[in-house]
Amino acid sequence: MSFKMALRSIGSNKLRAVLTMLGIIIGVMALVVLVSIVNGATRSVTDQMSALGSNYVEAYVWSYGRKALTMEDLNEWVESEPLIEAVAPDSQDSSMVKYGSKSQRMTIRGTTPAYYEINGLQLETGRFLKNADILNGSRVCILGPSAVDALVGYADCVGDEISLDGLRYTIVGVLGKSDSLMYSGYGDNVIYIPYTAMVRQFPNVAEGINNFYATAPEGTSMKEAEAAVRAFLSEKVGTDEWGNENYYVYSMDVMENAMGSVTNVLSILLGGIASISLIVGGIGIMNIMLVTVTERTREIGIRKAIGANRGTILRQFLLEAVVLCMMGCAIGIFLSWCILRLANVVVADMSMRFALSGNVVVLSVIFCFVIGVIFGLYPANKAAKMKPIDALHYGG
Amino acid sequence: MIDLHDITKVYQIGDEKVYALDHVSMHIYPREFVSVIGPSGSGKSTLMNIIGCLDLADAGVYRLDGIPIEDYSEKQLARIRNEKIGFIFQNFNLIPKLSAEENVELPLIYRGVKASERAERVREALDKVGLTHRAKHLPTELSGGQQQRVAIARALVTRPSLILADEPTGNLDSRTSREILDILMELHEQGNTVVLITHDNDIARQAKRSVHILDGRLTEVAL
Ligand SMILES: Nc1ncnc2c1ncn2[C@@H]1O[C@H](COP(=O)(O)OP(=O)(O)OP(=O)(O)O)[C@@H](O)[C@H]1O
Ligand SMILES: [Mg+2]
Repeated sequence: MSFKMALRSIGSNKLRAVLTMLGIIIGVMALVVLVSIVNGATRSVTDQMSALGSNYVEAYVWSYGRKALTMEDLNEWVESEPLIEAVAPDSQDSSMVKYGSKSQRMTIRGTTPAYYEINGLQLETGRFLKNADILNGSRVCILGPSAVDALVGYADCVGDEISLDGLRYTIVGVLGKSDSLMYSGYGDNVIYIPYTAMVRQFPNVAEGINNFYATAPEGTSMKEAEAAVRAFLSEKVGTDEWGNENYYVYSMDVMENAMGSVTNVLSILLGGIASISLIVGGIGIMNIMLVTVTERTREIGIRKAIGANRGTILRQFLLEAVVLCMMGCAIGIFLSWCILRLANVVVADMSMRFALSGNVVVLSVIFCFVIGVIFGLYPANKAAKMKPIDALHYGG
Repeated sequence: MIDLHDITKVYQIGDEKVYALDHVSMHIYPREFVSVIGPSGSGKSTLMNIIGCLDLADAGVYRLDGIPIEDYSEKQLARIRNEKIGFIFQNFNLIPKLSAEENVELPLIYRGVKASERAERVREALDKVGLTHRAKHLPTELSGGQQQRVAIARALVTRPSLILADEPTGNLDSRTSREILDILMELHEQGNTVVLITHDNDIARQAKRSVHILDGRLTEVAL
């Protein structure tokens, strides 16, 4: 009933109502459209990046001298576990490396061919490890870009021999500098050799796998993959005598993390700007409500004379302000929807899709409601406080 | 039910003090029909606004049903205006945006009456003043007499025990005034207390009791 009254008094001056709502409409549109576009763009970038296969789960295992985890365990597991696509061990040691006249201590990593994909490496020349290298324990190696700089310089070294602690290895490939986010973090002053060759040459690696990477097949979330890794390790490695886990699992959803923080900053920034325009819209509403209250002073007097109390009048004008705000909000959301549809047509070939984000819609509805209440309260209270006789005699 | 004792209302206009009511004492009993007459500016409206709880006196005691008016809360006063008192103003005071029936319905909404019962009572009240056929019209689409009848319907729709009419016929021709007065007389016969303000002696003579007011001072008139 009072809702109908509010709608009517808003409807009695449509032009003014629309102009008043304009502030709210623009504010809501700014909020919804900007945040939705940021979300859409982020999603598209994230999708493209994760299609490159840069998401993985990393696990550390403490073996305490026993052979906790072997290559066979991993191979068996990856065969039977549908949530895991590929797995690559990562064993490290250091060794004295000699190439020609140069020699230097360097990190050696023993792994399998899957490592290349999982960590998003890029070859400059030659090849990475092959399955045959693993089966045979071939003494081949691949140099990281910094290792090339340090040992070789600019010459083409594929096919040359290199010695690790006196044992000869053939260089079969050289890695390029990668822009891959996680790769640069590890440094690239590294020499990769087959895991089996590593086990044979470095005695402390023979204790078992301490570190491995796993990826999930497309469509599986990293959370599920991480859970699968945990389940596997809890069965294989278990806990120590005090109940602490003998392993540590870390899910590297790189793009999601990086883009997530960018999106958050952008969303907060844009949301902040939009909120300011919403507040400005709210001030517009307060302004008009004050005018309305003054214009309708006599009406307020009449209402009080026939039995409206302070609360009734307060509610009436507050409701009017809130309805005004919510109508602006609804129109703003509708227009945002139209704009986003339009944007989708425009960027159709850019594999980007903008959708009205539910969260932002809910947020703007709440925000508009709060603004309606805050900026409606003062005018409504002014109306409610009027003395009946003064109001009745206002302006004649 | 209404007991005014030494009521004084003073308006300060510049340096001058205007006594709109000057130590007025008066008693109105239930079911009385009292007319208040006096020239323009004598304080009639001021008196009625105080009786109707729209205004407060500057001095004196106003007891409504035995309780001093200051002891009522704002909410209780609103309730009294809604349930106990029906106002009829000289200038009708209808809400221009609302149709005749919506104007009449408003006091019932404030009272919290159910929609179905509201419709019933609004029809009844409009029927009483003979305006059923104009129910959907806005005040601007009605003549002065019709507007005043809507205002009367609004005043009596809550079945108040006290009807306060402030020059209800002041803006109307004599034939329409007659009709309005007949309605008021009828209400009185049905058991309502009616206070009728007028500056017309002929009209005042209709009442059983008449008081005269001049420069804010009150005298009983023997009829
Ligand atoms: N709000 C006000 N401010 C100042 N003076 C006022 C106010 N209201 C009334 N008065 C003064 O009080 C006196 C009584 O006014 P009131 O309205 O009661 O007269 P009235 O008898 O109803 O006159 P009328 O027959 O013209 O309606 C007048 O002299 C008027 O000037
Ligand atoms: Mg008057």
